Amino acid sequence: MWDYVKIILLGLIALFAAIAANYARDLAYMVHAIIIFLVAGGLFIWSVRDTWESRPAPEVNDEGYMDGVVRYGVIATTFWGVVGFLVGTVIAFQLAFPELNFQLLSDGVGNFGRLRPLHTSAVIFAFGGNALIATSFYVVQRTSAARLFGGNLAWFVFWGYNLFIILAATGYVLGSTQSKEYAEPEWYVDWWLTVVWVAYLIVFLGTIMTRKEKHIYVANWFYLSFIVTIAMLHVVNNLSIPVSMFGSKSVQVFSGVQDAMTQWWYGHNAVGFFLTAGFLGMMYYFVPKQAERPVYSYKLSIIHFWALIFLYIWAGPHHLHYTALPDWASTLGMVFSIVLWMPSWGGMINGLMTLSGAWDKLRTDPIIRMMVVSIGFYGMSTFEGPMMSIRAVNSLSHYTDWTIGHVHSGALGWNGMITFGALYFLTPRLWNRERLYSMSAINWHFWLATIGIVLYASSMWASGIMEGLMWREVDANGFLVHAFADTVDAKFPMYVVRALGGVMYLAGGLIMAWNLWMTVRKGEAKTPVSAAVAAE
Amino acid sequence: MDTYSILREIADSWVLLLMFVFFLGVVFWAFRPGSRRAHDESANLIFRNEKRPAKGGGFEEAKK
Repeated sequence: MWDYVKIILLGLIALFAAIAANYARDLAYMVHAIIIFLVAGGLFIWSVRDTWESRPAPEVNDEGYMDGVVRYGVIATTFWGVVGFLVGTVIAFQLAFPELNFQLLSDGVGNFGRLRPLHTSAVIFAFGGNALIATSFYVVQRTSAARLFGGNLAWFVFWGYNLFIILAATGYVLGSTQSKEYAEPEWYVDWWLTVVWVAYLIVFLGTIMTRKEKHIYVANWFYLSFIVTIAMLHVVNNLSIPVSMFGSKSVQVFSGVQDAMTQWWYGHNAVGFFLTAGFLGMMYYFVPKQAERPVYSYKLSIIHFWALIFLYIWAGPHHLHYTALPDWASTLGMVFSIVLWMPSWGGMINGLMTLSGAWDKLRTDPIIRMMVVSIGFYGMSTFEGPMMSIRAVNSLSHYTDWTIGHVHSGALGWNGMITFGALYFLTPRLWNRERLYSMSAINWHFWLATIGIVLYASSMWASGIMEGLMWREVDANGFLVHAFADTVDAKFPMYVVRALGGVMYLAGGLIMAWNLWMTVRKGEAKTPVSAAVAAE
Repeated sequence: MDTYSILREIADSWVLLLMFVFFLGVVFWAFRPGSRRAHDESANLIFRNEKRPAKGGGFEEAKK
């Protein structure tokens, strides 16, 4: 029955996509309609050929964990990571050398304005999102002692999410955007992501509900809050009415300050629940596993979770200091941001202290070193963030490169490093390898990435504070001393240093991709242990 | 009163109190006497079932 429904659905989608491509009102929409036509049409033909074929019943292995989809997730994370770092390095050089906005590419394709959302979405949603989906599927199975719920629905989540990324990325380059930071994709891409996300929630929650363990491990609480909150944020911030069924343009339902507040309620909680809660889920599983010690304090992890959930959702207004937003709202955002410092550091201490009694592993295990540096950067940026949310500090830092530096010390340091640690942890286990191909390559990766982040963050501090001070400098008569172009000129050396930091981080990513590839291709297979190892 | 004012009033009185009490409840629950054993057990559950799902046992057992 399901086979027939599937074929009919795919056929209708392909047909509609072909019609839509024909009537398309803009280039981005037409390209997207063609992509959807090819995907749905290809699946249609494949399903038709597959359905009436008499074949031996596929060997269903319902016994073990469903790790195929996690393997694909590891590959996608590595791939998108390198792509995202590469685009980031390119746009860093474009800022230093504007000639790199090539005029040859017509219609703005390849300009900074279009590549910038491509970079942010590639690293946050493609690299980070695939990492979160893959690790959450891995962790929820192990900690629930149950196979993923919903059979092939997990594959739908993986491929559907990556189709969303393809649609978003091609849309940006072709000029389709609703101009909301980190929520740029237009209406139909948003609708598609909503469908995929609901499927993700079903798979994750279903696995938890069919668990064999009594307790729901803390990592799953963080992952679940990430999935649920992102669903809510995504739907509310993308409330828009399409202008035409055959065009990518849509009009926002909210306007003015309400729209701005909704956007930054979304924007800050994308940081809070996507880049923090989700990755804390990774921390609470992979750090104890790699250190081979349980988490320092389970009590603290419970309080960490609830405090973070209760506080984060209110912090958004600090993005709108000195705007049309009412004073009480921006004060509320500021106060909650500062209070948020405490649970953040509680979580950091919990992660770091997990190593107490095993600090010697820092010398011998580069993966643990990566995780510890990651937690260190989490602590640093969760101190820097509350400080920058204070109105007086924000008057200096806002709109300057300091913000960019802050974001990157969090993203490259915390999200990047913990993901690298998880990838190094997962690859030998998922492909049944004895060990990673090269230990010295991990060390190279570690140092390249760390020095790259240091160059990036320090150059952006210098550049941002200089910018802020130059913008506010007035002479004895109250006139501004500097034109905007003066600050652009003065920032040039810092921009070059930042781009070099990006090159180092990218190089580290390439080394990791090579190392993981060689582990899978050349690594020696793990010899099965005949005698059962007694549990402790 | 308009909807905004009503919602605002509810939010900054009873709902605020409710959420705060809930949070205090969570803190007390985490630190309740005799919780150490349960927490140690939970913290160590990541070290089993590494290779394959549990057969029965665990939750099923506990429900009986």
